[in-house]
Amino acid sequence: MKGNEALAEAAIRAGCRCYFGYPITPQTEIAAYMAKRMPKEGRVFLQAESEIAAINMVLGAASAGVRAMTSSSSPGISLKSEGVSYIAGSDLPCVIINVQRGGPGLGGIQPSQSDYWQATKALGHGDFQLLVYAPSSVQEMVDMVIKAFDNADKYRMPAMILADGLLGQMMEPVSFPEIQNNQTYKPWATNGHGNKRPHNIINSLFLQADQLEKLNFERFKRYEIVKEECPEAETYMTEDADIIVAAYGAVARIAKSAVHRAREMGIKAGLVRPITLWPFPSEIIKKSTENAKSILVTEMSMGQMVDDIKLAVECKIPVHFYGRTGGVVPTPDEVLNEIKKLGGAQ
Amino acid sequence: MNKEILLAGFGGQGILFAGKVLAYCGLMDKKELSWLPSYGPEMRGGTANCSVCISDEPIASPLVTEPDLMMAMNQPSFEKFINKVKAGGKAFIDSTLVSLKSDRKEVECHYIPATQLATDNNINGTANIILIGKMIKESGMFSFDTIKKALEKCISPKRINLLGINLKAVEIGMSV
Repeated sequence: MKGNEALAEAAIRAGCRCYFGYPITPQTEIAAYMAKRMPKEGRVFLQAESEIAAINMVLGAASAGVRAMTSSSSPGISLKSEGVSYIAGSDLPCVIINVQRGGPGLGGIQPSQSDYWQATKALGHGDFQLLVYAPSSVQEMVDMVIKAFDNADKYRMPAMILADGLLGQMMEPVSFPEIQNNQTYKPWATNGHGNKRPHNIINSLFLQADQLEKLNFERFKRYEIVKEECPEAETYMTEDADIIVAAYGAVARIAKSAVHRAREMGIKAGLVRPITLWPFPSEIIKKSTENAKSILVTEMSMGQMVDDIKLAVECKIPVHFYGRTGGVVPTPDEVLNEIKKLGGAQ
Repeated sequence: MNKEILLAGFGGQGILFAGKVLAYCGLMDKKELSWLPSYGPEMRGGTANCSVCISDEPIASPLVTEPDLMMAMNQPSFEKFINKVKAGGKAFIDSTLVSLKSDRKEVECHYIPATQLATDNNINGTANIILIGKMIKESGMFSFDTIKKALEKCISPKRINLLGINLKAVEIGMSV
């Protein structure tokens, strides 16, 4: 199955009741798949008049307590940023998919990872974070969208799948897990109750500064729990590695091929792959790179993850960078060359 | 088995479909696989190409930059990719559409007039599958049974009447 289609099917199985979208390459298959399947399941598919409308519809559906999702690609996600901030400010769970393409501006339509900063630092104004998952295979597109729905509900916050055009368009075998329970009890939802309980109010406007501050403090206390419970990363051949490549998403697989080839040449290379980008798996990265001599960050961007890696290792190890951008995908050979350069320098 | 395959030609020749058939062959034989298309500007009328990896091991990079097996269905693709084929690899070229020949000795080149063969046999539009038939025979990757099962999966139920001509194309490919 194609990555985009597998993700859409997984969302349906995860109990996504409402999907609102607007077409944009390279994620349009998600909307197309949802258009076909959602009505058959008795659920809502709606092609909104714009990305902004779609995210606001998600806000509405999430307020009513149902699992809701929207998807887009880079320029479309920028348009959604106001709505995402409102959703976070209202403490609502939802899932947002970004199948990244080259930027800035309208950019191109080829794969990219240049929305890392946007996703992990500032997808909208105000004090808030999103859970950010970075799949690196079609199977992970499936597994992570399920986890994103569960954790969004658990922590009452929006979750994002940060994929890219390569993953969206690629086809690989997948299996769908059996899902037992795909709805969470939401006592805060504004879903109609016939005056049997006090009114629930969903709102992100708080004009009293101290009231708003209190809410932000509470939200960030919750984020502390998320930081405890959620960070995930994969480590590969890091135990004895001199050079560790740090990469996420599709690029991590390209880097893995490069690591294989480096090992064949006798260079002790390893790979660490952040799976959650927020919360960033700093502890795992720090531990797995303890004995390494240098780190090579590889991305399809100008190096947006470099600072997070430097912070994770507390700048104790030199951190180098190799990236391609604008929709160009690095090849295993290019990454291998960089590993060789670092290997030769020691 | 660990095969990296690159298929290339014009948009509309069925390059992506040919790749899908190979990927499904891998699925039928319970191999690990990935299928990565070019999308975007290429698909809108230019050259189309598609990377397929089939392996016993999980696939790391799905990008194919040095293929073991390459199929070219037009001149630009042939020129672009023939020198990228691994030494000891095999190339499958539609010689109705590509008039050039390669001088690489370490690559086994098969020049098949696939488009002409499709026309002669009244199965226009299946040159891609003729070349795939030749590829699976020369590489020994998959049996006729496997590709038959794969085609049954790849062709949508609405167009299942096209299964016959595709199977015929495979047979022609395997026998030339």
